[in-house]
Amino acid sequence: MKRAALLLMLVALSQGTAIADSLSVGSKRFTESYILGEIVTQSARQAGEARVVHRPGLGNTGIVFAALVGGEIDIYPEYTGTIEREILRSQQPLDIEGLNRALSPLGLGVAVPLGFNNTYALAMRRSRAAELGIRTISDLAAHPDLKFGFSQEFIGRADGWPGMRSEYGLPHPMPRGLDHGLAYEALAVDQVDVIDAYTTDAKIARYNLRVLEDDRHFFPVYDAVLIYRLDLPQRLPRIWAALHRLENAIDEHRMIALNSKAELDGQDFASIAGEFLGAASAGWQHGRGFFARLFAPDFGRLAYEHGMLVLISLAAATAIAIPLGVIAYRMPRARQSILSATGLIQTVPSLALFAFLIPLFGRIGAVPALAALFLYALLPIVRNTYTGLADIAPDLRESAHALGLPPNYRLRRIELPLASRAILAGIKTSAVISVGTATIAAFIGAGGFGERIAQGLALNDHTMLLAGAVPAAALALLVHFGFEWLDRLLVPAGLRSAERTG
Amino acid sequence: MIRLENISRTFAGGFSLEPVSFDFPHGETTVLIGPSGCGKSTLLKLILGLLEPDGGHIFFDGEHLNARNVESIRRRTGYVIQEGGLFPHLDVAENIALVARYLRQSQAQIDERLDTLFGLLSLPTDLLARFPRQLSGGQRQRVALARALMLDPEVLLLDEPLGALDPITRRQLQVELKRIFSNLGKTVVMVTHDMGEAAHFADRMVLLHDGRILQHGTLDDLLSRPSDSYVTDFISAQRSPLETLLRGRI
Repeated sequence: MKRAALLLMLVALSQGTAIADSLSVGSKRFTESYILGEIVTQSARQAGEARVVHRPGLGNTGIVFAALVGGEIDIYPEYTGTIEREILRSQQPLDIEGLNRALSPLGLGVAVPLGFNNTYALAMRRSRAAELGIRTISDLAAHPDLKFGFSQEFIGRADGWPGMRSEYGLPHPMPRGLDHGLAYEALAVDQVDVIDAYTTDAKIARYNLRVLEDDRHFFPVYDAVLIYRLDLPQRLPRIWAALHRLENAIDEHRMIALNSKAELDGQDFASIAGEFLGAASAGWQHGRGFFARLFAPDFGRLAYEHGMLVLISLAAATAIAIPLGVIAYRMPRARQSILSATGLIQTVPSLALFAFLIPLFGRIGAVPALAALFLYALLPIVRNTYTGLADIAPDLRESAHALGLPPNYRLRRIELPLASRAILAGIKTSAVISVGTATIAAFIGAGGFGERIAQGLALNDHTMLLAGAVPAAALALLVHFGFEWLDRLLVPAGLRSAERTG
Repeated sequence: MIRLENISRTFAGGFSLEPVSFDFPHGETTVLIGPSGCGKSTLLKLILGLLEPDGGHIFFDGEHLNARNVESIRRRTGYVIQEGGLFPHLDVAENIALVARYLRQSQAQIDERLDTLFGLLSLPTDLLARFPRQLSGGQRQRVALARALMLDPEVLLLDEPLGALDPITRRQLQVELKRIFSNLGKTVVMVTHDMGEAAHFADRMVLLHDGRILQHGTLDDLLSRPSDSYVTDFISAQRSPLETLLRGRI
């Protein structure tokens, strides 16, 4: 039993690491990165040198970069400005050679400029800008009442709001954090006046926006490049050569067009990349319908990953939480600390907990995800174990004492069996919650059905979202019924019939 | 056999057991009687170490009851409560043999003892595999008694053991138990609030009221030399209306 659990754990961990003859491509959680990641993946696949895996939408810059440093991915599309400011925290502008000099100690390099600059920009509705006579970012200083709606990343980044504010001397208060996908809608209904945008954003044209001129040249150049692990060119030379054919292959108009295909026409990333590369059958062509998406070839992998996340974290949580519940029952002094500590964990939002665990483990993927799911699974089991034991009828507890049985024997033969139904119900609650929480684990690259949900959210693609949410819900139901069956198997027969009649 | 020396206990609710001293003689049946809340069940729980006394000492066959020997003394004692206290998740055989299994008695030894006890208590052996909830009230109390007798204890402590039974079953068990107790020669301490039952079983009676022993002795002692008017009141209140009616007819 123990050995089997260990084996499962190892299998799950090995999911996160790239093996020798394979290439793992990463991408961030926004449309353009998904498309570029898919283009890189399909180009590499065409070289036919190794198994190529795309791990789409791993997270924001910090997470994807950590995955690259940790060797979980080999390459991903990035922007020079982001590397310079956000990753290297360099004070002066760096060209590609400068970036390479700074990155080589980390075993990383940049190459293959793709041919476009996707810098930050501020955008307003064209009519509103005209009405106020705003053309440049400097013009904003004269309108302190304007409401800004910026993405959290833009608000937090050195090359975003804080730097821009001091460069332009803007008097505006701390702006409201908005999900970038929602910012355009908020702008359209006048809830905000100014948003941050990317210059290759497909929606700038669609929503008829004015991009404000960066008259003080604050925003650095965000040339799209590939950032990679330095061992890649030697390890997979043919793939490396194939990737060089992408150099200067995409200009800004081309990129806007590719983004539009995804965001405005709802085309999937793989086929956009396939069309761009001129190979109609590149990758797998999936249908547009829900069922085709649902049972896409990654279904088995996602189900396996999802199941493993839940199974392993739940097994570990059960092994720890039942003893904790017993301690809470037996030692009134430890009770409050145990119950409130496990309760406190529940109140930490899952993304915050993931963000805390990633630096702790120094990696993304299955390990921090398992740790978080484990922590969340504790409370229902601890609480139900404690309550189940504390609720044993006093005359039964007394009879057990009166027989002269020592405490541990009483616990094993009488108290735990009497509490078994409550304990099992706690494990079931944890399992069902874990199935749901595991979808969020996809945001840190742990896989599972959440991958589709993350992609669907980033793309505003409801079918994709449902193709992730529906099987996750089905899995939760499956877990529910699985426990009904376990209940019949594990709860002593004398207790079961007791409930049916009385 | 069991000696109480100035045993007292106060409860949060206000009730307190005044310091009590008493000797339960070997091989006799002593019945603790009194109204609800007089402290008779409390006394049983103190003897078993289920409650800690605030003061005083308990001696079990000369041995001072303390934290170290409480488990072994409990195993030399059989305890039966009103609803039997059988564990619902264990079948009859498992309930009875629970402690024997802990003591690693052999299966043959256990089976033999089960046979003896089932004969003694007139229980059909097909009950062995049933769960407590599948038994009648009378069967449940017989099984509880079998569990209490499993290790052949020197002492039986019975807390209203027949209190939840219908009158016919109750009467039947009263007759059987009396016979069993005198055959086995056990020291029995029984708690009841029923005067008739007390009179039926008791070699000696102890009447408690408000946490104090009002009087102890035989039924005759209590009837002919009551120490307090409450003793007379308690006994006469329990003369059944039926008895009074019948007396007029005869």
